[in-house]
Amino acid sequence: MTRAAAKKTKPAGSQTRSNTPSAFSTLFTQHQEIAIDSLLRLLLEPLASLLTWTVIAIALALPLTLILLLQNLQQVGNGIDQVSNISLFMVPAATTGSIDETVKDISLRADVAEVSVITPEQALAEFEQNSGFGEVLQGLETNPLPAVILVTPALTSQTEVQALQNELAENPNVEYAQLDLAWLQRLNAIVELAARMTTLLAVMLGVGVILVIGNTVRLAIENRRAEIVVTKLVGGTDAYVSRPFLYTGLWYGAGGGLLALLLINLIMFGLQGPIARLAGVYDSNFGLIGLGISNSVLVFVFAGLLGWFGAWISVLRHLRAIEPR
Amino acid sequence: MIKFDDVSKRYPGGHEALSHIDFHLERGELAFLTGHSGAGKSTLLKLIMHMELASSGQVIVNGQNLNKLKRRQVPFYRRNIGLVFQDHQLLFDRTVYDNVALPLMIAGYDPREAARRVRAALDKVGLLHKENQNPIALSSGEQQRVGIARAVVNKPPLLLADEPTGNLDPELSAEIMELFKQFSGVGVTVLIASHDLSLISRLEHRMLVLEHGRLQSTMRNAS
Repeated sequence: MTRAAAKKTKPAGSQTRSNTPSAFSTLFTQHQEIAIDSLLRLLLEPLASLLTWTVIAIALALPLTLILLLQNLQQVGNGIDQVSNISLFMVPAATTGSIDETVKDISLRADVAEVSVITPEQALAEFEQNSGFGEVLQGLETNPLPAVILVTPALTSQTEVQALQNELAENPNVEYAQLDLAWLQRLNAIVELAARMTTLLAVMLGVGVILVIGNTVRLAIENRRAEIVVTKLVGGTDAYVSRPFLYTGLWYGAGGGLLALLLINLIMFGLQGPIARLAGVYDSNFGLIGLGISNSVLVFVFAGLLGWFGAWISVLRHLRAIEPR
Repeated sequence: MIKFDDVSKRYPGGHEALSHIDFHLERGELAFLTGHSGAGKSTLLKLIMHMELASSGQVIVNGQNLNKLKRRQVPFYRRNIGLVFQDHQLLFDRTVYDNVALPLMIAGYDPREAARRVRAALDKVGLLHKENQNPIALSSGEQQRVGIARAVVNKPPLLLADEPTGNLDPELSAEIMELFKQFSGVGVTVLIASHDLSLISRLEHRMLVLEHGRLQSTMRNAS
C-alpha cells in the first residue's frame, strides 16, 4: 500500500455510521432485503415449504370452516321462525265437546294449516313416561293437565303469527296461547355448544400452528448456525440475527393463511350445490354465505402474525443459545 | 488499547487456562501471541472478543472494561474489532462481495458507502476481480485474504488474528503477515496468535509468549 493510501484509511479508523440517507431508510431497505431473502429461501425448497404451508393451511381452514358453517346455521335459525307453532292450553273446565268445537272452528280458518289435539289423558301418559314422576302423578286424585290444541299457522310472517296467537287466546275455552319455539331454542343451544367446541378446537390448532412454525424455524436456525456465529462475532445484534427467522415465520404463516383461504373457498364451493338442493326441498332460498373480502384479509393477516409469533418463540429459545465459542 | 490486569481464566472443572496475565498493548502496536497449542492463546483472544469472561482480573479494551459490558452492548463493542480466523469462517452461500460486506450490513451502512468500502478492502487484499465469485471457488490463501478484507472493512481500531497462516504455505504466510504490518502502519492495533515461530522470528515485533497459561515474556525482537 502506498503512503497516500495509508493516509486515506487512517482518519476513518474512528468508526462512524455513514450519515447519507437516514438510518431509518437504510433500516427499511435492510428489512425489505431480508424479507425478500427469507421468502426466496422458502421458495428455493418448494416441496418442504409447501408441506409446511399445507399443514398450516389445514390447521387454519378446519376451525374457520366450522365457524363459517355455524354462522350460516345461526342464520337459518333467524330466518325460519315464521313456522312457529302455537300451543293452546285449554281451561281445565273445558269439556270434550267444547274442545272439539274449538278445534273445528280453528281448522276452518284460512290462516291455519293444521290442527291437532292432545287430550289431558294423552298428556298425562306422555308426562308419566318422560318425566319419571309417574308414581307421584298416580297419587293425584285428578289429572292436573289441560287439553292442548296444536295449531300450525299457514302464515309467513312472525307478526301475523303473533296476531293469530292473540286472536286465538281470546277464545273463552283457551286459557293460554304459546308460540312454540322450543325447537329453535334447541337449535340455538346446539349451535352455541358447537361454537364453544369450535373455539376450543381453533385454540388448540392455533397452538399447533405456532409449534409447527416454531419447529420449522428451529431447523432453519440450525441450518444457518455457522452464519449466526460469524454474524454475532462481527457485531450482529440479537435483533439483526433474529430478523431473517422472524420473516421466515411470517412467510410460513402468511402462505399457510393464503392456502387456508383457498381451501375454505373450495369447501364452500363444494357444499353450495347440496345445500341449495336441501334448501329447495324445504322451499327455502337459503344459500351459504362465504368468508367475504374483509374477513379473508383478516385471516391472512392473522395467519402471518401467528407465524411471526411462532418464529419469535423459537428464536427466543434457540438463537440465544448459539453463541460463538 | 488492550490492557490485561492480573487476568485469570478458569473453566468449569477447574482447568486454569490463563493465570495472572499482565500486559499492555499500545494503540497501533503489532504483537504476536505465541506458545504451544493449549498454552492459552485462544482463551486470551476469546477474552478480548468477549466470548469468554475473565474469572478474575480486568480486561480493558479501547477504554472499556469487559467485565462491565452488558449483553446488549457486546455487539457494538465487537464492531470495533476485526477478527481473522484460522479457518477464515467465510459463508459459502453468498459471494465474496457479500461476505466482506457483512459487517457493514450489520452496522447499517448506506449501501453505496458500503460498496465503496467493500471494494477498497478487496482491492487492498488484491481480490477485487473476484468479488462476484463464491469463496468456495477460491484457493485457501485467497479465502484467508477475503477473511482479512471482512475483518478490516469497517476499519476497526483493533485487529485480532487466530493462527491466520495456520493452513498456508510459507510464501502465502509471508504475504498475509505483510498485510498485517501495513494495517499496523496506519494505526490499527494488531494482535496475532500464532505458533509459527519460524515466521515470527523473522519479523521484528513484540512477542507475548504463553506457556501453560502463564505469560513467560513480553520480549521485543531486536529492531
